Amino acid sequence: MNGRTLSEIILSRAAGRSVASGEVVTLEPDVVMVHDSIAPSVIKILREQLHVDRLPHPDRVAVAVDHVAPAANLATAEAQAKLRTWVAEQGIETFFDTGRGIAHQVLIEERLARPGRIVIGSDSHSTAYGAVAAFGTGMGATDIALALASGRTWMRVPETIRIDVVGQFRAGARPKDLALAVVRRLRADGGTYTALEYHGLADLSVGARTTLSTMALEAGAKAGLIDPAGLPSAYPVPEWLQTDPTAGEPSYRERFTIDLDAMRPQIAVPDTVDNVVDLSELGRVPVDVVYLGTCTNGRHEDMAAAAAMLEGRRIARGVRMMVVPASREALQAAIADGTLATLVAAGATIGPPGCGACIGRHLGVLAAGETCLFTGNRNFRGRMGSPDARIYLGSPEVAAATALTGYVCDPNEVAIDAVMAGEGV
Amino acid sequence: MARVWRFDTDVNTDQILPGRYAPYMTSEAELRKYPFIEARPEFAKTVQPGDVIVAGPNFGCGSSREYAPQSLKMVGVGAIFSPLFARIFYRNALNLGLPLFELDLTTLADGADVDLDLDGGTLAHADGTITLPTPPEFLREVRAAGGIIPYFREHGRFPGEEVVA
Ligand code: SF4
Repeated sequence: MNGRTLSEIILSRAAGRSVASGEVVTLEPDVVMVHDSIAPSVIKILREQLHVDRLPHPDRVAVAVDHVAPAANLATAEAQAKLRTWVAEQGIETFFDTGRGIAHQVLIEERLARPGRIVIGSDSHSTAYGAVAAFGTGMGATDIALALASGRTWMRVPETIRIDVVGQFRAGARPKDLALAVVRRLRADGGTYTALEYHGLADLSVGARTTLSTMALEAGAKAGLIDPAGLPSAYPVPEWLQTDPTAGEPSYRERFTIDLDAMRPQIAVPDTVDNVVDLSELGRVPVDVVYLGTCTNGRHEDMAAAAAMLEGRRIARGVRMMVVPASREALQAAIADGTLATLVAAGATIGPPGCGACIGRHLGVLAAGETCLFTGNRNFRGRMGSPDARIYLGSPEVAAATALTGYVCDPNEVAIDAVMAGEGV
Repeated sequence: MARVWRFDTDVNTDQILPGRYAPYMTSEAELRKYPFIEARPEFAKTVQPGDVIVAGPNFGCGSSREYAPQSLKMVGVGAIFSPLFARIFYRNALNLGLPLFELDLTTLADGADVDLDLDGGTLAHADGTITLPTPPEFLREVRAAGGIIPYFREHGRFPGEEVVA
């Protein structure tokens, strides 16, 4: 018998029959996530097109105010006020209001996403839930409204691209570099309609796994699943999800290996995420802003990694550094261990937990002509503000090195320079 | 007669409708003013109902924002042709009843005159007529109903779904 991919195992169980890639299934998602940015459309569709006043399963709904948190103007303030009323009317208890953090991070922290579950969200980076081996995928307002109204959704079981990771992170390369290297290899559309399935990452933290799962979307993937081996005990793996070692090889659309030993820091150059080069190939690119945050790299470990490099130093003159924690938990951890104090002392500005300027709506929007080193997942033209701003994507360590020097910088370079203790370093 | 609007590869939803112009930030009534507002400002001002978009692969990549295809539908885009659509965009467009065809028509020039006949399944241009592929059953049913919501309201189920008694 052929083995099955993680997607096939999870979706078969949800569909109540054995399904293989290519089949269309209807199933009941365990959690439907709605965030503030799409909620007004979802509520409108529910009311005006579906005429649904009461959701059948409010206990399967998670609502987050994260995209514009706190509200940036009157329009968003009023939309959020209406959202709060709706949440109360519907009796939705899993409501994560302003300050709790980015939905993806929060659903994982709250274990609403956990191994074997199906989580659909009104956000493309809902692939995030694959970090804890939940089948997470993003949908638009109409699909989400229909799922809320009916308790069901349809999906096609994706084919799988299996990625085997071998070796160790070294020489300044981090999980973000792996995520960028995968997009570099697959290109922006190489994973369209597929699930990426990572193996060989049992040592990785849940946070590092989330860096990979969120960025699966940037190769066009529908899901980004990390093999649950090595997950902390807070994320128990149900027996049925454990792959049967006696079964044959599942049928993969593609399979490749990435050797971490050979990996060096990667940079996505404007204006596409797959425009990735080794940082060593990049010339000297001065920056105005360093932005550390997002669902991809805004966790405590990301802030701590940057703080370790900024400890006792100041960011370069003329550089603004924004640090926006992905969640309140991340912020609390950064307060508790002094990470935050280090970052502030180095000259960083701290924003409230949430999406911040990731989509160019508030809290550090970029002006025309500005260049940003961003730990997020997209560098599209206009993403963070002016269409004439330029966004480079890199790891938190690259962000810290860049903040110290004022140009997109390899963390290894700063570690050496530090000995010389130059101005601004 | 309608015209062709040619776009490049990897057209993303931030280009189609930047996040700053979302109904959440402005208002839904204004949505029709914004498709391609920065990437191609003349588009929203001059596009005519029935015009078609012809693009390279990976059209609609990026976010899940449904207001991107919705804005194109609002201004009357008749169909979009691309060799490959990003998954969420494809699904959103299908749900809204905006016709997409996985076809590489990038030999057609920007501004070329075309005549789209969805019922007849053809796209006529200066040098001939292209027969449009018949969409799979699932898509046809949704498209015929005018989108997934009218479909669902009529049938109480998703296309192809077995109704459990
Ligand atoms: S942080 Fe950015 S990418 Fe992540 S959910 Fe928020 S807006 Fe989307």
